[in-house]
Amino acid sequence: MTADGALRFAPRLTLLLMAGPVIAGLAGTLRPAFEADGMARLLDWPGLPRAAALSLGTGIASTVLSLAIALGLVAALQGGRLFTLILRLLSPLLAVPHAAAALGLAFLLAPSGWIARALSPWATGWTQPPDLLILNDPAGLALTAGLVLKEVPFLLLILIAALPQADAPRRLMLMASLGYGRVAGWMLAVLPAVWPQMRPAVYAVLAYSMTAVDMAIVLGPALPPTLSAQLVLWMTSPDLSIHPVAAAGALVQLGLVLAALALLRCAETGLARLGCRLALTGRRRVWADRWLGPLAAGGGLLVVLVMAGGMAGLALWSFAGPWVFPDALPERLGLDAWARAAPGLGPAALETLLLAALSAALATGLVLACLEAETRFGLKPGGGALWLLWLPLIMPQVAFLPGLAELGLRSGVEGSTWAVAAAHLVFVLPYVFLSLAAPWRAWDPRFAVAGAALGATPGRIFWRLRLPMLLRAILTAAAVGFAVSVGQYLPTLLIGGGRVTTLTTEAVALSSGGNRRIIGTYAMLQLALPLFAFALALALPAALFRNRAGMRPGA
Amino acid sequence: MSGLVLDRLEVRAKGKLIVALDAVVKPGEVLTIMGPSGSGKSTALAAIIGTLGPDFDLSGRLTLNGRDLTGLPTRARGVGLLFQDDVLFPHLSVGGNLAFALPAALRGRKARRAAVGAALAKAGLAGFADRDPATLSGGERARVALMRTLLAEPGALLLDEPFSRLDADMRGRIRTFVLDLIRAERIPAVLVTHQPEDARAAGGRILDPLGRPVSPAA
Amino acid sequence: MKMSAAAILLAACTALPAAAQPDPADWAAVLQEARGQTVYWHAWGGDPRINDFISWVGEEALARHGVSLTQVKLASTADAVARVVSEKQAGQDQGGAVDLIWINGENFAAMKGKGLLFGPFAEQLPNWPLVDVAGKPATRMDFTEPTLGLESPWAMAQLVFEYDSARVPEPPLGAGQLLDWAKANPGRFTYPQPPDYLGTTFLKQVLYGVIDDPELLLQPVDPASYDRLTAPLWAWLDQITPALWRQGRAYPANEPALGQLLADGEIDIAFAFNTGRASAAIAAGELPGTIRTTVWTGGTIGNASFVAIPYNAAHAAGAMVVANLLLDPQVQARAQDPGVLGFQTVLNLSALSGPDRARFDALDLGVATLAPDDLGPALPEPHASWMTRISQDWTRRYGVAQ
Repeated sequence: MTADGALRFAPRLTLLLMAGPVIAGLAGTLRPAFEADGMARLLDWPGLPRAAALSLGTGIASTVLSLAIALGLVAALQGGRLFTLILRLLSPLLAVPHAAAALGLAFLLAPSGWIARALSPWATGWTQPPDLLILNDPAGLALTAGLVLKEVPFLLLILIAALPQADAPRRLMLMASLGYGRVAGWMLAVLPAVWPQMRPAVYAVLAYSMTAVDMAIVLGPALPPTLSAQLVLWMTSPDLSIHPVAAAGALVQLGLVLAALALLRCAETGLARLGCRLALTGRRRVWADRWLGPLAAGGGLLVVLVMAGGMAGLALWSFAGPWVFPDALPERLGLDAWARAAPGLGPAALETLLLAALSAALATGLVLACLEAETRFGLKPGGGALWLLWLPLIMPQVAFLPGLAELGLRSGVEGSTWAVAAAHLVFVLPYVFLSLAAPWRAWDPRFAVAGAALGATPGRIFWRLRLPMLLRAILTAAAVGFAVSVGQYLPTLLIGGGRVTTLTTEAVALSSGGNRRIIGTYAMLQLALPLFAFALALALPAALFRNRAGMRPGA
Repeated sequence: MSGLVLDRLEVRAKGKLIVALDAVVKPGEVLTIMGPSGSGKSTALAAIIGTLGPDFDLSGRLTLNGRDLTGLPTRARGVGLLFQDDVLFPHLSVGGNLAFALPAALRGRKARRAAVGAALAKAGLAGFADRDPATLSGGERARVALMRTLLAEPGALLLDEPFSRLDADMRGRIRTFVLDLIRAERIPAVLVTHQPEDARAAGGRILDPLGRPVSPAA
Repeated sequence: MKMSAAAILLAACTALPAAAQPDPADWAAVLQEARGQTVYWHAWGGDPRINDFISWVGEEALARHGVSLTQVKLASTADAVARVVSEKQAGQDQGGAVDLIWINGENFAAMKGKGLLFGPFAEQLPNWPLVDVAGKPATRMDFTEPTLGLESPWAMAQLVFEYDSARVPEPPLGAGQLLDWAKANPGRFTYPQPPDYLGTTFLKQVLYGVIDDPELLLQPVDPASYDRLTAPLWAWLDQITPALWRQGRAYPANEPALGQLLADGEIDIAFAFNTGRASAAIAAGELPGTIRTTVWTGGTIGNASFVAIPYNAAHAAGAMVVANLLLDPQVQARAQDPGVLGFQTVLNLSALSGPDRARFDALDLGVATLAPDDLGPALPEPHASWMTRISQDWTRRYGVAQ
């Protein structure tokens, strides 16, 4: 009975763990905004209009672009061989932390980067790097590109997870039989069914893109930086008098995100109306297939190529000896950088591993408890609860983490591994929930009925049937959580008080120094840890159930 | 009173009567509920097994050998269930599936293995204990599913179109095997089907979900 | 009786923080208290060579004194200052997270001004008598701010310009020459974006070259004369900006980023606050062998790097032991080795014993390092208010591209 009671309480506890820190942190961060003329001084800062415009512009542009590529890929190609290939290549990219993706892109695109080296001097005539402003450009194009690289795989996987409930193949067949083109049929008949399920993810992508700090530091402009990057500069400034300005800036940032979300909401309604009107015209729009298919495939492949190239560049730099422009490859390879980085790499990797394992395990346990409570007591999360779950992803991190850090400092828990793991949990849990909810709900309920009819208690059904049968999905969700934790920058920096150093905080700190070899080693390990987790999530069930054909993927 | 008693068992959804059964199923007897899809067959089944959703209103009583089942959770009813598909647990071996059903009261590894082995032999599947259920033929799977249901020592059996997925030649043999076992073990059984052929073979009364007699020729 | 009990209690309470802090005059007690402590040294972590040196110091501290040293790598020293500030706000007056900070200039002035520092302790350290106080006044005067023993020096730095001798046979030797060279070679020079430390130092160096009376820089900024005094600096910047790398539309973030641009061949002239950096980087294969260094006629800005201990440090005794260890001749000689750091020592070489002196004499300066006599005079750092004001103005003029 007590176990039952605890289980019943699990969903509420989880929501409290999600929303509590966000609301408390928000209050703590924004309170100083109303002190010491914070807002007036912020408005005096000449960089404000541009920083705010950058935040809005890069956020909206990257969201629209990633969404277009992801939707285009699914609409034009799903079911085909090319799609399977792109999906297979994109999935592992989900594990690439934002900072590593940004660094990889920077290595590739810089005027002294790999692309320029590969083309010089034979094609370009450059014997020294051209004086071109590609990275940190004032319009934020490089930052937008970096964000698109990271968000396309995410949106695509969310989309794929939502498809089964939309009955896509039959709807498509119906539309095709009515003479509609593939893309037109998908957009008119499938998208409306899929959209409600992916809406929170799109909102989260928009909010994240507008407020990303680590990517903005590496790729974004600096004259001025994006609003969120500037806020972090102010918040960590020794000049106390600037803190109210930072708080006012956080308020503005929050307002910007909410405004952008409202704009997206309006666009949704408008597009839905437009879609209905288009559907009523009855035009079949077969022409869309001819150019949208190749365009989406090109976009998807470009994302794969750039990411893979960036990661390969990082790897090569970590082993590079002397490598001057315009050589396409280093003069020789060696382990110097690894040997030099080793004393720092070891502890940082261990701390990263510990944090990720802790937060992923906690999150997986909580999500399992929530889902089991949903199954046993019919405690299905309402719309409000679902939004609360998404709250940490939609709320700008710079708006609530500083307040949370201060709270942690006052209570004395800040700076401990546990406190940082708890902060990671806030960001890890929504992703674990998203990954696990679909396979959990898709589990054939007749197994449970069969178990019950054989006299099994709910506990026995959970431990002996559901858990082992869903082991692969559960471990995959845990691996997703693990990867999310590895990539956390701001929560680790602020809640850890500088005493908790992970591969990601080190990589971002080093990135300002520009030593590509050392950065390469950190980024490589940052990449290796989540990949290791995913490999384990695949290998463990495969080994356990090697003699069970019915447990194989796709069975 | 021995057997399964449906004592004015009625199910309504939004006030509309879907199921109305009043019958006594004696040990070894098979009551058939027949009707086209959507006629309330599966609702009747859910009412007996105890998985009725919150949108349904149940009235009347259900007893098994004098024990009131109404309101008990599925696991406490002692009613075995055979699905349209076999619903074998894919992560367990054939023996593991059967052992899952054995009552916990039967203790000791050896004794449990022996019980599993005996059940397999009875179904003509001796030596199948370590096999992966996914490698069995349709007929073999159906027999394993039946033995699994019987090992839980149910007081009554519910058969949910258990033969409809089998090929024509397999179908008759499995049906005979199941029905013979029910008679031999003297278990009251309820068969839900839309196949007149199955209904005839069961040899008992045939009702529609609202309790009206149905002719198997229909 | 009641009164005296309350008085004792009060005395005990007020005395407690003071009693908890070690007294540098009683060094034996300091050593004893330090043994077994873990010192968190908050230091900028952008340069792996410096990080390596710090971890070597950690090994020495553990071997010699049983003190463990952990470097908390910062993106900016300001982070550590902000942390102590927020600890004070939260009322955490003991057991603070920061034990030791690599600090100087405006951060020191800010902490000193707010009473956030432990000490004075520096001039009571056993190795203090070895410091070249007379020859290197910067060891006691940080940006015109008297250190008062609240921070302990551990390295001397002087601005040197690094250039690729293969492309620039005759490097510019002053602000005017640099401007002419940049106009003739557009896109081949830049500086770290202020308020970065090195970038702002470069602005001050230019200011030294264009101001009529450099003595005024040693006084706090006078708002009345500020615009008139700095007008030549802004005029100089207005002229050079279009000829900078990326036409001044982007700047490297800091010293290593500037060095990376030189290594990548994106620029031909860079500078560092470390006379031995270029030689060390060439030795490590990170810079082409054709890089050489030079200083400007009339001198370049020089200063000292310090370590300070926050008032609420949890391990002040251990921190003092590390500060003293940093002044050890063996440690100082290692820091000056161009293969390790190439930092100039703060010690008075003639005060050292024979074997210690020999360590320094044995050092090979490296291909690109100027001999001490060729370094020219080290200009004193202007008052810290100049740094703040100039970097603010720079941001207003160039940092928010319109």
